[in-house]
Amino acid sequence: MKISSALPLRNLRGNPVRTAILIFLTAILSLMIFGGTLMITSLKTGLHSLESRLGADIMVVPYEAATKSNLETIVLQGATGYFYMDEAKYQKIASTEGIGQISAQFFLASASSGCCSLSVQIIGFDPDTDFTITPWIKKSYGQTLQKYDIIVGNDLNAFVGDTLIFYGVECRVAAKLDKTGTSFDTAVFTNQETIKALIQSSLDKNMNEFKNINPDKVVSCVLINAAEGYTVEDVLNDINLHVKKVKAVRTKDMISGISDSLAGVSDIISILIIVVWIAGMLILLLAFAMSISQRKKEFAVLRVIGASQNQLAGIVMQEALLLCLAGSLMGAVLGLLILLPFQQVIEEFLNLPFLLPSAVQIAGYVLAAVILTILTGCIAVSVSAFRISRIDTALILRGDT
Amino acid sequence: MILKAEKLSKEFIRETKNTNRFCAVQETDFVLESGSFAVLTGRSGSGKSTFLHMLSGLMTPTSGRVLIDDKDIYQLPDQELSRFRNQHIGVIPQGQTALHSLTVLENICLPYTLYGEEAHETEALALLEKLEIAHLKTALPAELSGGELRRMAIARAFLRKPELILADEPTSDLDDQNTEIVFQFLRQAAQDGAAVFAVTHETNAAQYADRLFRMNAGQLQG
Repeated sequence: MKISSALPLRNLRGNPVRTAILIFLTAILSLMIFGGTLMITSLKTGLHSLESRLGADIMVVPYEAATKSNLETIVLQGATGYFYMDEAKYQKIASTEGIGQISAQFFLASASSGCCSLSVQIIGFDPDTDFTITPWIKKSYGQTLQKYDIIVGNDLNAFVGDTLIFYGVECRVAAKLDKTGTSFDTAVFTNQETIKALIQSSLDKNMNEFKNINPDKVVSCVLINAAEGYTVEDVLNDINLHVKKVKAVRTKDMISGISDSLAGVSDIISILIIVVWIAGMLILLLAFAMSISQRKKEFAVLRVIGASQNQLAGIVMQEALLLCLAGSLMGAVLGLLILLPFQQVIEEFLNLPFLLPSAVQIAGYVLAAVILTILTGCIAVSVSAFRISRIDTALILRGDT
Repeated sequence: MILKAEKLSKEFIRETKNTNRFCAVQETDFVLESGSFAVLTGRSGSGKSTFLHMLSGLMTPTSGRVLIDDKDIYQLPDQELSRFRNQHIGVIPQGQTALHSLTVLENICLPYTLYGEEAHETEALALLEKLEIAHLKTALPAELSGGELRRMAIARAFLRKPELILADEPTSDLDDQNTEIVFQFLRQAAQDGAAVFAVTHETNAAQYADRLFRMNAGQLQG
């Protein structure tokens, strides 16, 4: 092997403190590029996941229980709560012109006291008409839910085969959903037969805020997709105009707040990445320049022995390449160690949907961060590499005496 | 091999009384043939090292040419000149010239390993024996004294058995005994067919040399 190939590694090993500092700098750069990109992507994936989970154009809820913020806290932010309206409203809404798909949902919040295993939002759906929950539940559970079968969100501490008790009713965990990065990760899903039994049980135990309801005669919300040829706006206005005591909300409007927050957070992270990248580039440029300037005598000696200008530049570039490779991998691993275990903490802190992309995508981001960091390092060192390749060997050798 | 310098001069930009140019070496003609050992003496700052660096291809002259076997070395592209220097010229620079991440033996073998050739460790060890630093072959330069480092640089310059040896103060950190060893080395190299040129302050260098030169304010005399 050429010594000029081994020399960069030997030089790095020969000065461990300098090497450690430069690796640390590149690791920070890589951490910011990888971590920041993964954060932005996770937020976007979370929002996309939420959009697809909502899966309807319009959500209709009882007017008095559904100021927009209340609705959002339950549907989007994972707060527990419930409200009901007469089933007759559902029939009235269903008769509105321009409705393509329609299905009712039923909400119940379990209590944190002894009657219930967990305090969660329970969402009931009608398997015959549902078009929002069934499609993604099918990925985790392909069978028909039986009475007292439930499907739990990914963040709940319950597993297939477990029995959870809600208002004294034992329910079997039939499946656990994949992570969505949304409030649905802390919810429990079941069919309308089961949730009606649970609502009845909560009424029997006098633990339901609504005292005089008949579970068979109420629904919590109605989800609608506009039929072809009708605009969402037309259907929404029609419902709000003709069906009393309900509020029809466009689901896109519900998540517009989240979308705006996400855009804000993404912008901040993007700016941070750019600032850190520029700062990192300048710091690396100075660090490499100082490191190489300290060793210019050694480079002059190599010229004396017969190294060409290109060989000197190559040695410097290889050193930077090795440093940046080590640093960028360290930074990416550090990013994974921070983001993977703490994604739920980040989600709660930001109060935004947060879903990590697939392992393949993450691997792609690691690769991109490594390549970008190496490129940054190479650009930063190229100035020093050029300068050292054009050194005045004689002048440096004389300067030592 | 024949080394020729034709009308070689070097000027530096430096503010002096009447001009902003300082002439380190005035127009000089010089010839050195194989088997000849030439010694250049002179006061500090007289232009000795500048002259040697120009001969070695490390400092572009202001005017004139350096010909090695009629090849104008400053007309060669950098890659070719570097390789030529590696294969044909052994330079012993001033001061400490070790690569600190390599051992003594690795430093000495650099002229070969720099271009991926076999290290020639046996020859390197033989040189270390002659220079009495064989026991330091695995040591790092930081562990060596100034004199030991000089001997290491000398061994490195000799390893390829170059046709031209250019030594700039090769004995500056050495005691009398080692100074004698080094000059005998240079003398022997000349007898073996190399063209040897040494810049030195040592007065007893003259007894080893075939030709003696003196540099006086940039003017080569002798």
